[in-house]
Amino acid sequence: MSVVVRRPGLFTTVQDTGRWGYQQFGMPVAGAMDMFSYRLGNYLVGNKPPLASLEITLAGPELDFQENCVCAITGAEFEVYVDDVEIGLNSRFAVRSGQHLRFGRLRFGARAYLSISGGFDVPLVLGSHSTHVMTGIGGMNGRVLRAGDLLEIGRRRDRLLPRVKSATPRVKLPQGGSAVRVIEGPHLETIELTSAKTFVQSRYRITKNSDRMGYRLTGEPIAALGNEAVVSAAVPVGSVQVPPDGLPIVLMADHQTTGGYPRIATIISADLPVVAQLKVSDWIDFEFCERSEAIAELVAQERALMAVGD
Amino acid sequence: MKVLPGGWTLSYVGDCAIAAECEQRISPELNSRVLRVAQSIRNRKRPGIRDVVEGYCGITIYFDPLQVDISTIISDLRFEIIRWCEVQVPSSNRRLVRVPVCYGGTYGPDLQEVADFAECSEAEVIERHTEVIYRVYMLGFLPGFAYMGSVAPSICVSRRQSPRLNVPVGSVGIAGRQTGVYPLTAPGGWQLIGRTPVAVINFGPPMVFAFHPGDNVQFEAVSSEVFDDLSTAV
Repeated sequence: MSVVVRRPGLFTTVQDTGRWGYQQFGMPVAGAMDMFSYRLGNYLVGNKPPLASLEITLAGPELDFQENCVCAITGAEFEVYVDDVEIGLNSRFAVRSGQHLRFGRLRFGARAYLSISGGFDVPLVLGSHSTHVMTGIGGMNGRVLRAGDLLEIGRRRDRLLPRVKSATPRVKLPQGGSAVRVIEGPHLETIELTSAKTFVQSRYRITKNSDRMGYRLTGEPIAALGNEAVVSAAVPVGSVQVPPDGLPIVLMADHQTTGGYPRIATIISADLPVVAQLKVSDWIDFEFCERSEAIAELVAQERALMAVGD
Repeated sequence: MKVLPGGWTLSYVGDCAIAAECEQRISPELNSRVLRVAQSIRNRKRPGIRDVVEGYCGITIYFDPLQVDISTIISDLRFEIIRWCEVQVPSSNRRLVRVPVCYGGTYGPDLQEVADFAECSEAEVIERHTEVIYRVYMLGFLPGFAYMGSVAPSICVSRRQSPRLNVPVGSVGIAGRQTGVYPLTAPGGWQLIGRTPVAVINFGPPMVFAFHPGDNVQFEAVSSEVFDDLSTAV
């Protein structure tokens, strides 16, 4: 018994908290782009991460359920129907065997998560369910979902679902763009002050050459000095790289483990979910913040998530 | 930026990672220390440490700031840097990984260009590429892609002006003093001199990464017949 994919949507993948522990072998981490919404969805249906959810991008799938399931949809605001009855987001709902779940119009945001009690049961690859499409591993045979795919549902050990408060926290969905906080990167000192000013005072937009690996931005170019001086090193998600053309690239979940471009800033973890909800041509205004503020924001998000199941 | 003993510097890389770097130069001695420090940090198995990644001359530690305090990581780093400060030479028990390569022809479309650069014959390029025992300094770019050095100065041709969109799996390339094997078909700008029939990654089970940081690697020239035999054997 399982869920059958009738229509796959634009770019639907199986994701969890990511494939940690193998970056020294060059293995990208992957995992949910909007980790906050992914985790919220799993808490709502009584899963403890890292169980697998579906990450749905811009246009969602249609699914036929062959067993009774408890689901939640979090993240981007889609119209979602179960047998043509619109269901509420950011809360738990039941789908019975024989019913049909359909994603309709996208109102706000870019990525939604369909979480299911018990999780989607795909084989673990290097300890993770996450799909990394570029290397073809994880999730559903290392690729996006296709029509006809059969998704097995994991068995829940715990029959009881947690009591959930009616007002759940949620990611702030951007409407056309967002301010994004960054911490000073290791190579900020290699650029001129006027370039740093350009970076924080001009508005950048997301180009169509953007995906789960990274967002290429357009806007005022940043004059980067000392390109040759940078030795390739490990780069985290959220890194803002400046290639020779001066147009920043933001590294996202599927990014390569190492990079050789100067990195002038790193997006704070608490703002990555908002960045994951940005679409092509949306704007970003970068602003620097201190590490202490970044951690405080992360703690606040964690408290909000922990309070969901209280 | 904070300074650690031995001239190591520490920098925050976002709120969930910290980088410790020694001198910014490529040397087996420095890299050996880097690997020792990285492995020792990994062996501590501290809760909240997500990944420890070696580079040419530094390590990056990924962690969950809600599970482990950054000052704990810094004191671990200080301890390990002091502990391994006297490592001078790569230890002798490093593995030697032998990689069969069929050089030139369709497998190594840039071999002639490298020969032109070096002003020698293709055979001499092959000889110079196979006579060196390379060190794996770090992995990155692709899963299982090992940055190895150092290529003989006479054949250290720089990257191609425009990268290829599809470099076939197993291709062996040169970029400056570095050499490496493409673990899967991918875009790439290295000068391709040959190809190995042996898979360097397998996501398993069992998982295989042929190259680990610190490994010694030697390439061995094989004929196209041997290439075919080894290909079918895999």
